[in-house]
Amino acid sequence: MDLYLPIAAMSLDVFLLLALGAAVGFLSGVFGVGGGFLLTPFLIFIGVPHAVAVASSANQLVGASVSGALAHWRRGNIDFQMAFVLLAGGLVGSAAGVWLFAVLRRIGQIDLAISLSYALLLGTLGALMLAESTRAILRLRKPGGPRRKLHQHIWLHGLPLKMRFRRSKLYISALLPLSLGFAVGVLSAIMGVGGGFVMIPAMIYILGMPTSVVPGTSLFQIIFVAATVTVLQAVSNGTVDVVLALVLLVGGVIGAQLGTRFGQRLRGEQLRAMLAFIVLAVAAKLLFDLTVTPPDLYSLETLGP
Amino acid sequence: MRPGRWFLVAALMASVTVPAVAAEPLIADLTSHFIAITTGFTGTDVVLFGATDGTGDVIAIVRGPEHDAVVRRKSRVAGIWVNTQQMTFTGVPTYYAVYSSRPLDEIAPPQMQALHQIGLANLRLGAAEKNRSPEEINDFRAALIRERQRQGVFGDGVGRITFLGDRLFRATIPFPANLPTGEYRVEIFLVRDKAVISGQTTPLYASQAGIDADVYEFANREALLYGIIAVAGAAMAGWLASLPFRNA
Repeated sequence: MDLYLPIAAMSLDVFLLLALGAAVGFLSGVFGVGGGFLLTPFLIFIGVPHAVAVASSANQLVGASVSGALAHWRRGNIDFQMAFVLLAGGLVGSAAGVWLFAVLRRIGQIDLAISLSYALLLGTLGALMLAESTRAILRLRKPGGPRRKLHQHIWLHGLPLKMRFRRSKLYISALLPLSLGFAVGVLSAIMGVGGGFVMIPAMIYILGMPTSVVPGTSLFQIIFVAATVTVLQAVSNGTVDVVLALVLLVGGVIGAQLGTRFGQRLRGEQLRAMLAFIVLAVAAKLLFDLTVTPPDLYSLETLGP
Repeated sequence: MRPGRWFLVAALMASVTVPAVAAEPLIADLTSHFIAITTGFTGTDVVLFGATDGTGDVIAIVRGPEHDAVVRRKSRVAGIWVNTQQMTFTGVPTYYAVYSSRPLDEIAPPQMQALHQIGLANLRLGAAEKNRSPEEINDFRAALIRERQRQGVFGDGVGRITFLGDRLFRATIPFPANLPTGEYRVEIFLVRDKAVISGQTTPLYASQAGIDADVYEFANREALLYGIIAVAGAAMAGWLASLPFRNA
């Protein structure tokens, strides 16, 4: 059954979209990441215009992260203080990102920018995750290593404007979460992702937050960054397709619940290795599409009615 | 009937150098002047029909609303394909098709085809930049037409107008699912002895209808409110989704 998407101005099979939403939701349920970074490339693969794919994914993400954050909030796993500092950076970052998006769109390079940043980011991330999970699997085989410290202190933590984050048991410079928030805000605007896949490793390895509060805090601040991105995209680029976002959301919610159940039966390291392979495959496909000679060197854009 | 239509008809008649003929030499109309693009829209047919006052051939041109269009050319930069050149064309029809009762070259001399923009080769597209070489403009122009043909909104060849007897004619104009919205113009010419005897223009509107149209309208007119509602809707859906699993 074809469904006409009013903003994308195209018809797509509603079951394909539901299945796509469910598949991405399933992955996010299994791996505990937002899944936005897989959703946008998949939408591009099935022919949704790059700009609409990015903006509508951000919209879908609002719903997905509300749903996820509520679950973590009930368990008390959100560091609100940290979330608000990240958010302050994130809001400025997403405004900057939407502005950059509009500029790139005007000069005709937005498709390239989206594909390229996805390929680079997913490639780096996939490689890092693969290396990390391989080490973890190897470490399990020979038990009895030294117990790790709560977190390592690095020079970045010593920057001015120090703040105490009670829930995370941290006393670090506020500049660190602020700039992390800013970077993720820019990514959200250009790539339509919540940035959980960048935010989560950064929270663990750079900020040194305890693992238990990381997903909840990340999801909580993503709600607001994604909401800002959605509104800004709607106003400055007019590329948010609510119909597309809602259909994806319905599929995503069902998929996420199934994914969570399935994920509990698998080992963490194996899960991360699997995710790493998926991420690398998507990056490879995007990079391949950029290098393969297009069937027509020319492309056409009709300037808005 | 809109005054604009009368004006177009009058302008066309004036441009045709023919002695006044008793009765109207050409009368034509469409079975429908409005195409509603709804959720399940998969394309539609509109029938053009009419009568002539005797012998002669009929040519019809269907033109969609005109917008500016940017054509970009990729070239390889460090191994990847990047848009490196672009050219803007002004007033490009978003839909174009030609219908004729006989092969064009048999009934219409080249000057007539050029004057009335009959056939894609005669479509006047204004390149906004003047400092480009004619070859370059031609390449970009060809790319524009190629892409529109690929999208199915520029006709590949000449569609058929069939005569029922000597005077009644009809043609079926198929519109694709992705037809652009706006005001279309169907120009009908009566050609006799390699000259245009009479002409008529009739409008056709394509517009989104139903909930999609409202969404599109609203998204454009009230972008901020639309964005806020999109966020609120998604947040609400997310909250609803988490309810059944509250105790999980």
